[in-house]
Amino acid sequence: MARRKIREFNSKKLLAKYLEIVSNGKVKYNGKCAQISPNTDMEALLKENSWLAETSLVVKPDMLFGKRGANKLVLLDGTWNDAKAFIKEKMGQDIEIGKAKGAITHFIVEPFVKHTEEHYLSITPGRNEDTINFSPAGGVAIEENWDKVITFQVPTEAELSAKEIEEKLPGNIPAEQKIKTAEFIEAVYKVFKELDFTLLEFNPFTYDADGNPFPLDARGELDDTAAYKSEKKWGDIEFPRPFGRKLYPEEQFISDLDSKSGASLKLTILNPEGRIWTMVAGGGASVIYADTIVDLGMEAELANYGEYSGNPNTEETYLYAKTILDLATRNEDGKPRALIIGGGIANFTDVAKTFKGIIQALREYKDKMKKAGVRIYVRRGGPNYQKGLALMRALGEELGIPIEVYGPETHMTKIVPLAMEYVKGA
Amino acid sequence: MKFTKDTRALIYNFKANPVQRMLDFDYICKREKPSIAGLITPGSTGLHKAFFGGVEILLPIYPSIEEACKDQTDADVLINFASFRSAYDSSKKALEQDTINTVVIIAEGIPERMARELIDYSKKRNKMIIGPATVGGIQAGAFKIGNTAGTVDNIIACKLHRPGSVGFVSKSGGLSNEMYNMLAMTTDGLFEGIAVGGDAYPGSTLLEHALRFEQMPEVKMIVMLGELGGKDEYTIVEAKKQGKLKKPMVAWVTGTCAKVFPSDVQFGHAGAKSGAELETAEAKNKALAEAGIAVPNSFEDLDKKIAEVYQELVKDGTISPAKEVEPPMLPMDYKAAVSAGIVRKPSNFVCTISDDRGEEVTYGGVPISEIIENDSGIGDVISLLWFKKKIPRYGSKFIELVLIIAAEHGPCVSGAHNAIVASRAGKDLVSSVASGLLTIGPRFGGAIDDAARYFKDACDRGLSADEFVAEMKNKNKRIPGIGHRIKSAKNPDKRVELLKDYAKKNFPETKYLDFALSVEAETLKKANNLILNVDGCIGILFLDMMSSCECFSKKDTDEIVEIGYLNGLFVLARSIGLIGHVLDQKRLKAPLYRHPWDDVLFLNEE
Repeated sequence: MARRKIREFNSKKLLAKYLEIVSNGKVKYNGKCAQISPNTDMEALLKENSWLAETSLVVKPDMLFGKRGANKLVLLDGTWNDAKAFIKEKMGQDIEIGKAKGAITHFIVEPFVKHTEEHYLSITPGRNEDTINFSPAGGVAIEENWDKVITFQVPTEAELSAKEIEEKLPGNIPAEQKIKTAEFIEAVYKVFKELDFTLLEFNPFTYDADGNPFPLDARGELDDTAAYKSEKKWGDIEFPRPFGRKLYPEEQFISDLDSKSGASLKLTILNPEGRIWTMVAGGGASVIYADTIVDLGMEAELANYGEYSGNPNTEETYLYAKTILDLATRNEDGKPRALIIGGGIANFTDVAKTFKGIIQALREYKDKMKKAGVRIYVRRGGPNYQKGLALMRALGEELGIPIEVYGPETHMTKIVPLAMEYVKGA
Repeated sequence: MKFTKDTRALIYNFKANPVQRMLDFDYICKREKPSIAGLITPGSTGLHKAFFGGVEILLPIYPSIEEACKDQTDADVLINFASFRSAYDSSKKALEQDTINTVVIIAEGIPERMARELIDYSKKRNKMIIGPATVGGIQAGAFKIGNTAGTVDNIIACKLHRPGSVGFVSKSGGLSNEMYNMLAMTTDGLFEGIAVGGDAYPGSTLLEHALRFEQMPEVKMIVMLGELGGKDEYTIVEAKKQGKLKKPMVAWVTGTCAKVFPSDVQFGHAGAKSGAELETAEAKNKALAEAGIAVPNSFEDLDKKIAEVYQELVKDGTISPAKEVEPPMLPMDYKAAVSAGIVRKPSNFVCTISDDRGEEVTYGGVPISEIIENDSGIGDVISLLWFKKKIPRYGSKFIELVLIIAAEHGPCVSGAHNAIVASRAGKDLVSSVASGLLTIGPRFGGAIDDAARYFKDACDRGLSADEFVAEMKNKNKRIPGIGHRIKSAKNPDKRVELLKDYAKKNFPETKYLDFALSVEAETLKKANNLILNVDGCIGILFLDMMSSCECFSKKDTDEIVEIGYLNGLFVLARSIGLIGHVLDQKRLKAPLYRHPWDDVLFLNEE
C-alpha cells in the first residue's frame, strides 16, 4: 500500500505528543480529544477524561470525510449531555457523502475553543520538495481566498527555520503571534518529516487563550511503507477503510484470504447483477481488462474487479475462483453471462499450476454455470502456458461448457469483445 | 546513460535464479563477456558457479559494495535485490561509488521520503536510479536487468535477443512482457524497455527515459504505458509540446475503469490511486492525444495504433526492419528436462529407510509426528531405521534397555581410554569420540554379532549344549559370548541378570536364551569365569526377540545376523558414554596426556 488516511483523533494525538518534543517544549498543544465508537464505554471515557464534563464541547464524525459542517454533522458549544444525545442520535446513521454511502461509527469530541481567527496550514510532499501552504484566511472559504496563501517550498534534503518562516508571514499579523505561528509551522513540518506523514492539513487552526496555535480541524495521511521504522512512534494507529459502503461478505472473505497470504488476492464487487465477471492474473492486467470493458461501453455489465497475483497456491486460487463463481451463478434468469479468466504473459509463474485451483472450482460449479448461462473466456501466457491452455480446452469438453482459450499469439484483451458479444446476445 | 553489449553489472544481495537468467540472456545475445561482473553478499566472500551457455563460470562474491567496485571497475550498473528495509542504505552506498552510474532498486515498499532522498542524492551525483518497485528493464540483444522478460523461451518469442526499433517505457513491470510480445507482433521489436516502477516517486521518470530514447539513434519510435494517479504523464505532454520529444510516440494510460468504482480504490501500485480529476486516466489520455501523441480509444486498439505508426515509419524509410537473428541454442537445464520428461538418468544412490522430500520426514515410511504422537521410544526409531519394521513395544523397550546397559563401562576400557587421550590432545568432540569408537571390534564390544551367529547356528541345527561345546573345542575356537575377565559364577554380571530378567518377564518365548544357559552350565564345569557375558546375552536375546515377535522372517533374521546389525547397538550405546568422557575432559581442562616411560618396557637392540 502507500499513503493511508488516519483519523483526526490520531493526527491530533500524534501532534500533541511530538510537537513538544521536536520543538524542545517551545510549541504547546495539549491535544485534548476523545474518540467515541459503538463500543465505547461512556462512563469509563468520562473517568479518564474528566474535562468532558467540565468544558464546553465540539463533536464531529471522525470518518475520513470532510464538509461535516455543511452536512449538519457537527455539534458546537455543547455540554457532555448534549454531546451524548447528539452521538446517540447520529451513531449508526446512514449518510451520503459524494458518491460514498455509509454509516457513522466514529466521533471525535474536543473542548470548544472560542475563536475569531481562522488560519490555514497544509503540508504536502512532492518528488523534489515539500510544499507548505499557510494562509491567514482559512476556513470554509480557503479556496476562494487562495491568492492569500503563502507558500514555502522545501527541497528534499533542506531544512526550514522558524526565522525564515517568520520573515515571509504577512505584515498584518501581530509580532507575538508571528513568532508563535512560525515556531508552530517549523515544528509541524518536523513532525511531518519525522513521522512519515504524506499529508497534514489544518483548516482551520486558531489560537488558544494563551495565544498558542491550536488546530480546530486536522487531516493526516501516513506513508504505511514506513511502518517498519516508524510504527513505534505511531503507536496504536488505525488505518480505517475509506468512508463508503460496507464490504460484501464475499469481498470480506477475499480480503481476509489476502491478508493471510503472501500472494495478492483482490475482489471488488461493482454490480452483483452484472453479467461480465473477471478473474485476472496480475495487478496491471486486471486494471486493463476492467478498463477495456468500460471503454467498450459495457460498464453497466461489469460485475466485479478481480485480481490474483504473486504466485497464490492451489488452495488459494480454488477459494478465489469459487467465490467469484458463486457470485456469478446466483441469477438463473436465462440471460447469458461471461467469465473472463485473463492475464498477460507471466514472468515465471507456472500457468498450468495456477490453473489447477481454478479448474477444481469450475468443475464444482459445472451445473450452476450451465443454469446461469455462463461461458468462459481464457487468455494467458508465460511458462508452461501451452499445458495450462490445453487443460482449459479439455475442461470445456469435459464439462460441456463453452470455454474459449487463447494464448500470447492473441492480443491480451481480445476476449473482452468476444465475451461482450455473447452477453449482448449477438 | 546508455546500456550496450558491453555493459556490466554488480548484483547486490544476489539470488541464483536472476543471475542465471541474465547469463542465459547474455549467451543467446552472443555477448562476448557475461553481463555480470560480480556479486555482493554482505559479509561473504568466495565464488558463485553459474552457466554461461553450456560451460560453467565462476563469479566472484564480494563482502561489500566498495570492494566489488574497487575490483570490477568496468561495472557501472548495480542491481540491488536488497529488501525494502535495507535497500536505502545499500543504494546510497552504490550511488557514492564513482564507478557506478546506474542503480536499479527492485524492492517494493521503500518509504517515500527515503526514495526522495535517494533521488536527491542521485541528481547531485549525476547518476540514474531505476525503480524502486520494478523488475528493471532490458536492452534487446545487449543487457537485461534481473528477471525482466521472463523465460528464455519468451525472450526469443518476443525477439528480445536482437535489437529492434522501439523504445518502451512503463510504470508497471508486470505488463512489460505483454508489451514486448505486442511489439514483436506489430513492429520489428524492442530496442530498449524500462519499467520505472509503480511508486509515487520513481527514481527515474517516464519522461527521463523518453528523453533518453529521443537521444538514441537506434530508437525510431517510442511507446509509453502510464497509469492513473500522479502527474508524471503530463511532463511527457509538456516535453512533446515544447518539441523535446520529436520521435513518433504511442501512449496509453491505464485505469479508465476507476470511474465505475464505489470509493477511492488503491490499485496494485502505490502511485496508482484515483484522486483529483487531473490524475485520472481519461484526463491524461486526452492531454497526451492533444499534444500530438497517438493514443488509442482503449487498450484493445493499442496494438493497431502501434502497428500504424510503425508501418508509416517503414513506408517513409525511417525504419528498415531489423534482420532476424538465429539465437544460439541454449542447453536445457537438466531439472527442466527431467520435469518435461525429455531425459532420464540412472540414480547413483538408493535409500530405503527415510524420506525427507515431503512436508515431513518419514522414518521407515512413518511420519515423525506419528512416532511422537504414539509415544514411541528411541527403540522404535532404531527398529524403523535399521530393520524397517514396527516391532511390539516390549521389543523396542528391549533395545532401549540394551542402550542403557551398554552406554558406559568406566574410563579404563579401550574405547573410553582412547577418547580421553584424544580429547586431552586438544582434539574436537567428533574426532575424540571417533577415536574411541574405532577401538570397537573383535576384542572390544564386538562379540554381539558373533555370539548371535554361533548360538543361532547351533540351536537351529538342534545341537545339544555339550555337542556344541565339543564342536567348538574341536575347531579350536572360543565360544563368542562366553567368558569374562573379572566376573564369574559367584560374582555374576549384574547387567546380564537385568537382561535375562527382562526377557523372561516380557518375551513370549526365550528358546535361544535357554539354549545359551545350558551351554553356560557346560562351560562352567570347566572354569568358573566361563559365564554368559553381556555381549553374548544381548546377541542371544536379540535372536529371541526376533523369533518371538513375528515381525521377522527367517530370511530377515539370517540377514541381520550375517550383516552384523547388532554391533551397531554397541556402537550407538557406547557413543553416549564416549561423548560423556570427552565432555568431562574438556570441562576439567585436562592437559595433554603423556604415558610415563617407566610404564613401558624398552627392549631395544644395542
